[in-house]
Amino acid sequence: MRLGAYKREASALIAYLILLVAMAVIAPAFFSPGNLRDLAMNNAAVLLVAIGMTLVILTGEIDISVGSQFAVCTVAAGWFAKAGVPILLVLPLVIVTGSLLGGVGGVFVGRFRLPSIVVTLALMVTWRDGLRWITEGAWVQNLPADFQWFGFGQAAGQFVILAVVLIVLLISAWAMNNLNAGRAIYAVGSDAEAARLAGIEKQTVVSVVFLLLGALVGLAAALNAARFSIVPSNAGMGLELKAIAAVVVGGTAITGGRGTLAGTLIGVALLGTIGTALTFAGINPFWEKAIQGAIILIALVSEVALRPLDRLRPRQVGISG
Amino acid sequence: MLLRAIDISKSYDGVHALKRATFELRAGEVHALVGENGAGKTTLIKIVSGAVTADDGRLELDGAVVVDNSPARAKASGVTAIYQEPSLFPELTVAENIALGLERGGFWSRVNWKKRRERASSLLAEVGAKIDVNAEAGELTMPEQQLVEIARAIGANSRVLIMDEPTASLSKEETENLYRVIGKLREQGVGIIYITHRLEELSVIADRVSVLRDGQVVGTYNMAETNRQELIRLMVGRELSTIFPKREVERGEVALELRGITRGASGLTDIDLTIHRGEIVALAGLVGAGRTELARIIFGLDHATSGEIRVHGAAVRIHTPADAINCGIAYVPEDRRRQGVILEMPVGANITLASLRKLKRFGWFDFQREKRIAAEYVQRFAIKTPSIFSQVSTLSGGNQQKVALSRWLATKPSILILDEPSQGIDVGAKAEIHSLIGDLASAGMAILMISSDLPEVLGMSNRIAVMHAGRIAGIVDGAGATQQQIIALALGGRSQTAA
Repeated sequence: MRLGAYKREASALIAYLILLVAMAVIAPAFFSPGNLRDLAMNNAAVLLVAIGMTLVILTGEIDISVGSQFAVCTVAAGWFAKAGVPILLVLPLVIVTGSLLGGVGGVFVGRFRLPSIVVTLALMVTWRDGLRWITEGAWVQNLPADFQWFGFGQAAGQFVILAVVLIVLLISAWAMNNLNAGRAIYAVGSDAEAARLAGIEKQTVVSVVFLLLGALVGLAAALNAARFSIVPSNAGMGLELKAIAAVVVGGTAITGGRGTLAGTLIGVALLGTIGTALTFAGINPFWEKAIQGAIILIALVSEVALRPLDRLRPRQVGISG
Repeated sequence: MLLRAIDISKSYDGVHALKRATFELRAGEVHALVGENGAGKTTLIKIVSGAVTADDGRLELDGAVVVDNSPARAKASGVTAIYQEPSLFPELTVAENIALGLERGGFWSRVNWKKRRERASSLLAEVGAKIDVNAEAGELTMPEQQLVEIARAIGANSRVLIMDEPTASLSKEETENLYRVIGKLREQGVGIIYITHRLEELSVIADRVSVLRDGQVVGTYNMAETNRQELIRLMVGRELSTIFPKREVERGEVALELRGITRGASGLTDIDLTIHRGEIVALAGLVGAGRTELARIIFGLDHATSGEIRVHGAAVRIHTPADAINCGIAYVPEDRRRQGVILEMPVGANITLASLRKLKRFGWFDFQREKRIAAEYVQRFAIKTPSIFSQVSTLSGGNQQKVALSRWLATKPSILILDEPSQGIDVGAKAEIHSLIGDLASAGMAILMISSDLPEVLGMSNRIAVMHAGRIAGIVDGAGATQQQIIALALGGRSQTAA
């Protein structure tokens, strides 16, 4: 493959490297093992969700209900554990829960062809307020002792979490490049009609990627919940923004058809590091969100700048003939 | 018989695209389909390839009836199609584009990138194209994209290969290469359906030819037993369905003048055209000849790279549709449902949409005046609507077209561009639209009418400009012109009369 095809990922990587170099100069303490470990742990869940979000955005759709899915899955993890389900069974059960939540969106967007932004906006509110109604805002407490870190202890538990995230990342990246199913995601996002003529139905692909995103949200929620001894009922606030922003900053086209998980990884790293970097640099961390917003805008503008308007599509849409 | 399509009918929004068309394809023959714009050629092949579902009729492959045809099913049974518009994935590489049309692996099977690239290279070499298989399809030129499509279709090893104007954008060398490849496939027993507007191609590659007219196959001939004149006569034998109100109008001064309009991206070269007040000039030509592209430039939707537009004798700069409206130009687009009207909005709001700026009073929107203007047009054009507050989507096609027309007349234009004004509307409404256009010209408006309906072109216009491949192939006087003359020009013949 040619290098030119990855210029979006490359620009995000350069931005990230500049940030790291700046930290090395201003605050070398940033690179202490403890801080790096904290950074990795804090962003592991976001990365899992962003992997799924990349799939959805590649098809040209979006799912903004992932934060609410995450909250439901987190509470579900607590309930399963408290109900006496063996800790190693909690994980698959929560993944199934996430798949169901994501699948609902998949049915509405894929099968009924409704606009994903509106469908998932409705689901975002439904899941979150449904959860609030059921739990009445109460956190899940008095969990079994082996809930935290799956009973492995902190160091081993952290290692397990990072290993799982890494494996998911590598398998997904491999599958997206080397399985027909992975290429079908790119195909429907690039041109749904051309895909149909090639025998790939967008409906099916969209339903499946929404389900996969839900499963990854479930996995992320379970792994994240295991870091603590009690389970909050309001987890995942703003997670959808973090995930979507990371995907876009990582060079995935918001219109679909173009993007890589390598880019998403860089996007998560870049956006996830800024907050901590600001603290180390002695800058008021209130700037974090503003800077993240600016980075997203830069990413979107450079998308347009890299692709002259005339060449957005080889053929004219609308008036022709 | 390899393929048989029997009594196929298809209509869109109540307008027939195909009326009991019957067509047969033998193994090892190149069977050409010819016909005017809208004769139903593309609809017919899309039904064969599963892209469109027929309303009625039967499709047989090797004598077995095909049920529930779909692109996937057609592909599986060995039917491959290349459409006029390349259906490539712009973000994906050439190798992958070719592979996606060919590989039959299941969703969970592995992609062999090396094999994909090698296969793409050899297929492209076969059609004589020098294209990097790692390039993104969206970055290729139109002819290159066409060649990628052809390579993909050839790689499918189909029994039925459908090509819709494959040579439209190819160079001479590429075209000859394609003929060679087609010849080879024919020897292998592939049945090839070949749509073309270039009649001179037929004698080179076709074994048989079928002529479509008004959604019906009016004849199938062995190529050796027919000729160009005969085919043109069959193509245009369309009956005059309406009586046109020919009016004698004093030709006024020049309203619109185009001088050397050129735009490479639209394929337009050196267009000169003048339209006088009170005159109807028809713009005829085949789909893709550049008629709509020219209208887009006049209306400020695209920009000419060189050339000049003069309105009422003064050179003007038109950058946006708003500039065009200020110059007194109005454009009623071809795609009525998507661009002509806003279906979800009421009739009244649709009519005033292009002249909102004139509806302000003390800076506030004047609803009373909007109602008055809307009511005036509804009455003047006899638009059949329950009220001006009814949604346009509830109206018939002809009445929707009147709403679209009203919107632009409300801007009080002096120059009116109509793009296929009577397409897809019934005969009665057509006659009304025609008489309305005649009235406007009588009132001194300069009218440029893009139309593929030859009786309409001949019956309505004072002069007819025929476009071919982005140029004006000839301008003929409306009075003495014949359908044959227009079609011959549109197909790339020489200008016979100049007016």
